This record gives sequence, structure tokens and C-alpha cells, in this order.
Amino acid sequence: MRPAWSVVLLTTLLGAGQGLFLALYGADLSDAARGRASLAPVFVAAAAIGSLALAAAGLAASFLHLGRPERAWRSAAMWRTSWLAREVIALPLFMALVALYGVLHWLGQLQAALVAGALAAAVCVALFVCTGMIYACLKFLQEWHSPLTVLNFILLGCASGLTAATALAASLDPALETGYGVAALVALALAAASRAASLMRNAGLRPLSSLQTAIGVKHPHIAQKAQGAMGGSFNTREFFHGAGAARLAGVRWFFAAAAFVAPAALLALGLPSAAFLVQFAGLLAERWHFFAEARHPQNLYYQAIS
Amino acid sequence: MTQLALVIDLNVCVGCHACVTSCKEWNTQGEAGPLSDQNPYGKDPSGTFFNRVQTFEVGQFPDTQTVHFPKSCLHCEDPPCVPVCPTGASHKRAEDGIVLVDYDKCIGCKYCAWACPYGARELDEAQKVMKKCTLCVDRIYDVALAERDRKPACVLACPTSARLFGDIHDPQSEVSIAIREQGGYALMPEWGTHPANHYLPRRRTEARVREEDLQRFDNPLKVDGLLPKPATGEPALDDVTSW
Repeated sequence: MRPAWSVVLLTTLLGAGQGLFLALYGADLSDAARGRASLAPVFVAAAAIGSLALAAAGLAASFLHLGRPERAWRSAAMWRTSWLAREVIALPLFMALVALYGVLHWLGQLQAALVAGALAAAVCVALFVCTGMIYACLKFLQEWHSPLTVLNFILLGCASGLTAATALAASLDPALETGYGVAALVALALAAASRAASLMRNAGLRPLSSLQTAIGVKHPHIAQKAQGAMGGSFNTREFFHGAGAARLAGVRWFFAAAAFVAPAALLALGLPSAAFLVQFAGLLAERWHFFAEARHPQNLYYQAIS
Repeated sequence: MTQLALVIDLNVCVGCHACVTSCKEWNTQGEAGPLSDQNPYGKDPSGTFFNRVQTFEVGQFPDTQTVHFPKSCLHCEDPPCVPVCPTGASHKRAEDGIVLVDYDKCIGCKYCAWACPYGARELDEAQKVMKKCTLCVDRIYDVALAERDRKPACVLACPTSARLFGDIHDPQSEVSIAIREQGGYALMPEWGTHPANHYLPRRRTEARVREEDLQRFDNPLKVDGLLPKPATGEPALDDVTSW
């Protein structure tokens, strides 16, 4: 698949925003469980606004993906069958509940905020599942058709959000910084393990489709001589990224370093802001690789121009 | 239940692209149109097509066969492109099984194209909506046309009659009989999409010469030779008839 930058940005920004909210709500819950109300209001406001801003940026990026963005309102219609439609419903709902949570917290309605936050957290998890399932439900994209896809979206989003929360806490509520830092490192380790597992799974995948099943001729030697168009088509533009195996491997090493190793080191050194920025760049590369490594079976029909 | 479909005979297709041009001609001015072209006379021509003819070489020289392979939407009985559509623009008609896109509802998110393993859908770069074969839904029911013309444009244009059109759920239809009796198969059966369109395989046409074709075993000359011959002293036919 050719990675679309709009979708790469959408999924990474959204994941960070969702992770940031879950980090904020987690701190709020543990704070409440200990019978205190010690979170700095300015930190809560900044984290809620940050989460909203990231989600809104993701929403904006999603519009760039559409051929007819003015009809985007139609895209919630088929929520019974389409994970994309479910995501379209979950995202604004998540943003509304986070806004409600932030406002209630700012107004000092801590109990009501906890309830709104619980709803927002539930929708947040549902949104993660929707985003992951958009890709995981396509069974012939074998690289994506795995529970690891959903797990990666959740863990990478949480790692990114916890790093952002650490960075915010460092300047606005230093009491939380250590706890967030440790949580971010744990999430980072889990995400690295899960992402490595999916890379290993995909490295051993055997494509179920072949040129033989594609045209239904049982012969070991089939070569395409013409694809029906000399100048390319939607099929050649949308499903080929043009990067060789070496470049894919390069991106893989880059995101392993930038999304996991470097942020962990920067967090350990007490530089969470830098860790978040480096990690976000790494996650962009990670998502690019996620799309690029998926081999669409339709490509079997577009192997040679003439 | 009706399931309209094409059956394409790879044994007969000569790869002339008449189906491609007739499809484009009909559909660019029909209800599905326009099928826009980008830079059609320039360096990198591109455009929207419902149907393409590809060519494959099977085997290794000198034992090779050229297979021309027309490829369009297969109107799957379980189409993976339909449930993923967030707006309902992609739909499968209950009455005849044709998979269609409502161009007024499509938001151009391309998710359906990702969800089609056959690459049968193309985004129109001018209209920014997804397009695909309609089985000429705007012709096949048109009572203003003569009955023999109520077929998809590609079927009518094919000079070798490599394309058959009909209801594959009717066991007596031309297409069902062709699938049944000539080994019709579906593409990429591994994904469970149950394509409605079928392909008839290449078949080797050989002249089989048997001994009895060269020399008749019931040759009357030989059979006569086996009959008992009259003895030389007996009267021959000439003795009886000449006096």
C-alpha cells in the first residue's frame, strides 16, 4: 500500500490525544481513590486541551484524505457494518466527552468530572478499537489482519500520550512527573514488544494469493506482459509505494530508534518534551511503515506495464 | 434471487480491447459518466476505466501460451467492498446482485478500493468519487432499446463472443450452462468473496487422428471382398443377360 500522509497523521495524532486523555484520567482516578484532590487545575486543563487539540488535528488530517470532504457528514451512516463509520461516530463523541470532563474539572465539579471522564475513557478505548479494526478487518491484507494491529494502536497511543503527559507534568504539576515517566517507560516497553511481535509475524507471512489464483491458471511460470494501460492508473498509484526493501528496512530501524529507544533514554534523562517530539517523529515513520509493508493482492495484476 | 454476471471465455478472447473501448464509450456518456481522463494525449496518459484487458504469458519459451485477461468488477456475491463503506454509497442490489456506487453519496475515502482484493475500483480523479463496472445497469433494463441490445456494451462489442451475460442463479441460463459444462471458475477463491463473474479456461484444441478415420473399418469394398465368390464354372451375370 502507498502510505497516505493524511491517514498517517490522523492515526498518530489521534493516538497521542487518546493516550494523553487516558493518562490524565488515570492520574485523576488514582488521586480520587486516595481521597485527595491534589491535581493542579492548570495541569488538568492543559492536558485536556492538549488531548482535544491533538484529536482535532487528527480530525482535520482525516478530511484531507477525502475526495469529497463536504460530504463527510454522510460517513456515520453505515455504523452497523463499517468500522470507519464507527470511528466517525466515536471520534467526535470522545472529543465532546473530554471537553465536558475538562470543563467540569475546571469548575471544581470533581465527582461529576470523574463520571464524564469514565465515559470518555470508555469511548476512548472504543475509538482505539475502531481505528485498529479499520485495518485489521481487511482479511486479504494479511499484514494487518491480526489482533496485534489493534493492540499496537492502543499501546503506541498510550506510550505517546503518557510521554506527552510527562512533559506537561514536568512544567505544570511536578509531583506527577516521576509517576508519569515510569508509566511512559512501561507503556513504551509494552508497545515495543507488541510492535516487534507484529513485525516478526509479518516477516514470516506467506501470501495466500498468487498470480495463479489471480488469473486462475495452474502453471508455475506466469509473467505479465501488459496491464491494460501504459501510463499507470488508480491501481498503480494507490497501491504501490515504490520504496525498495532497503528503504523499508531503513525506516524500520529509524522508527525502532526514534519511537522506542531514544524516547526511553530521553525520559530516563528527564527530558520528556524532547522525548515526545522525537517519539512522535518515530511514530510517523512507524505508521508509514505499517502502511507500506501491507502487500495488497491487487498488485498481482499490476506487475508489468508492457 | 437473480445474480447478473459476465462469463468470460479466455479460450476465445483475442485481446483486442474492443470491450474496453466500448465500455468507456458507453459509460462516459451514460449515467455513470463522465469517466474522466487525465492528460489523455500527453506524456503520462491516465484515466478512469471500468474494464481493462491484461495479457499474461504462461509457460516458458518455447512452450508458451498468451492469455488475454479482461478484468472488471466481479460483482461478488459476498462483496468485501460493500460493508466497509461508511456512507452506504457502495451497495449490492437485492434484485439483480449488481454492486453499484452511488456517486452522490460517495465521499472518496477509497476504503472500498482497499477492501477489494481484485483492484476493480478506480477513483475518478476529476469527480473524486469511486467508480466501477455497473454491468451497464442503464442499458440492460432500457425498454427503449431492442431486446437484443439490452446487454452490457462490452458483451455487444466483443467480436469473438468471448463475453457472455446472464443470471448465474438460473440453472438454465446460457452463463450457468457455460460455467457448468466448460469448467467456469472464480478468481482468488481463497478470500471467500464468491465472485459472480466467472472465467472459462483456456482449452487446448488438438486434432486427434484415429486409425479408423484414415481407413474405414466398414469399407464396403472390403466387406464385399469377404462375401463368397461364385465358382468359375457357374454362370456369371454376363452369361444370364447376354444371348
